[in-house]
Amino acid sequence: MIEDRPLIYKYLRHDKKFPHVWCGGCGIGILLGSLIRAIDHLGYTKDEVVLVSGIGCSGRLPVYVDFNTLHTTHGRALTFATGVKLAKPELKVIIIMGDGDATAIGGNHFIHAARRNLDLTAIIVNNNIYGMTGGQYSPTTPYGQRATTAVYGSVEHSFNIAQLAVCAGAVFAARGTVYHVRQLDGLIEKALLKNGFSVVEVISQCHTHYGRLNKLGNQIDMMKQQRDSAVPVEKARKMSPEEMEGKFEIGILVDREAPNYLEQYNKVRQKAKNALSLQLTKEEKEESERREALDKQ
Amino acid sequence: MAKKGKHSIAIYQSWCKRCGICAAFCPAQVLAQDEAGNPYLKDPDQCTGCQLCQLRCPDFAINVKSPRKKEDKELGKNGEKVEEGTNA
Ligand SMILES: Cc1ncc(C[n+]2csc(CCOP(=O)(O)OP(=O)(O)O)c2C)c(N)n1
Ligand code: SF4
Ligand code: SF4
Ligand code: SF4
Repeated sequence: MIEDRPLIYKYLRHDKKFPHVWCGGCGIGILLGSLIRAIDHLGYTKDEVVLVSGIGCSGRLPVYVDFNTLHTTHGRALTFATGVKLAKPELKVIIIMGDGDATAIGGNHFIHAARRNLDLTAIIVNNNIYGMTGGQYSPTTPYGQRATTAVYGSVEHSFNIAQLAVCAGAVFAARGTVYHVRQLDGLIEKALLKNGFSVVEVISQCHTHYGRLNKLGNQIDMMKQQRDSAVPVEKARKMSPEEMEGKFEIGILVDREAPNYLEQYNKVRQKAKNALSLQLTKEEKEESERREALDKQ
Repeated sequence: MAKKGKHSIAIYQSWCKRCGICAAFCPAQVLAQDEAGNPYLKDPDQCTGCQLCQLRCPDFAINVKSPRKKEDKELGKNGEKVEEGTNA
């Protein structure tokens, strides 16, 4: 009975879209659970949440939830999200992207969104490959690992998404895994609470392509690898690069304050208004005040 | 539904994709998979109610109910009541 499961009943489109489309054992479903628990725990109403995605297996996620959703084009989720946030700053805008979506075709949008610091939360599912299109390598496929477009192993070095977010100026950047699901709930919550551009990289298994092509075993084996390769950031800071070889840090990489884009932009508007009002005639001033009053209604 | 132990665990077969994650990572070896891969309750009395199976199930197909789990905690801060309605 679905009523026994209040969160599913409340937040998921359980009567229309389930079972979902993802392969059995895919980590994206685990992330979806984390996301609705975090939103529920913070007490946002369904109407104030907007979930924006691009294209990819991870991009399918908004299809399953009962929030405001926007399923956009590959790599462009952040641009649509930017528009939504600028038009309606009171909404909580969350973006779900795959590693290809966010750091290949959408890589420039990603770094500039971080630099711009609009109040958005980007959740990036990193499964090290293009899942939806059948296993081509992505900017996060590690050096030497295989993909259908790198049958002898990738000769490129991979991005570290959470670090990229830190360097590009995100005020909050964290990494979790779907194995460490309780921690993931908390990381998403913290990211949502952050004023400014926050990023959560979620290490997730695509056993169907990445696992199969690299002989990493099934979904369970891959989650064990997450368990065994993840090192808490505090511990990782004390480890040498050699000791960190083949491992990755999980936790909060950065949590800092910076004025967000809208705060800055409103200051510019005020300055422009002040400058302009010096040049206005009395009638023009009255007209502009009248319009402003209308705007506020 | 198993009601043997303190905690009751429900598996929703229609959503379950038999991935085995719930059984593989159950800290108390409560769950196992049959030959067809379907998860079942091998040793329900050992269940600690940790909910990890539910949290890690990618398909929302397993649910753990514990006697003292507060209803309002599950419903979130808003405390909105869940309405009666359609089944999945
Ligand atoms: C403009 C454009 N280019 C390419 C594609 C084909 N395409 C669809 S999904 C995808 C990549 C998916 O990989 P990722 O973003 O990592 O998401 P995943 O499926 O792994 O979750 C590509 C290349 C597209 N839909 N649109
Ligand atoms: S192809 Fe990979 S990423 Fe896509 S649903 Fe299957 S396991 Fe998940
Ligand atoms: S984790 Fe979920 S989908 Fe996988 S076998 Fe268990 S109940 Fe079924
Ligand atoms: S609640 Fe915990 S102990 Fe009980 S079956 Fe699930 S994972 Fe095992």
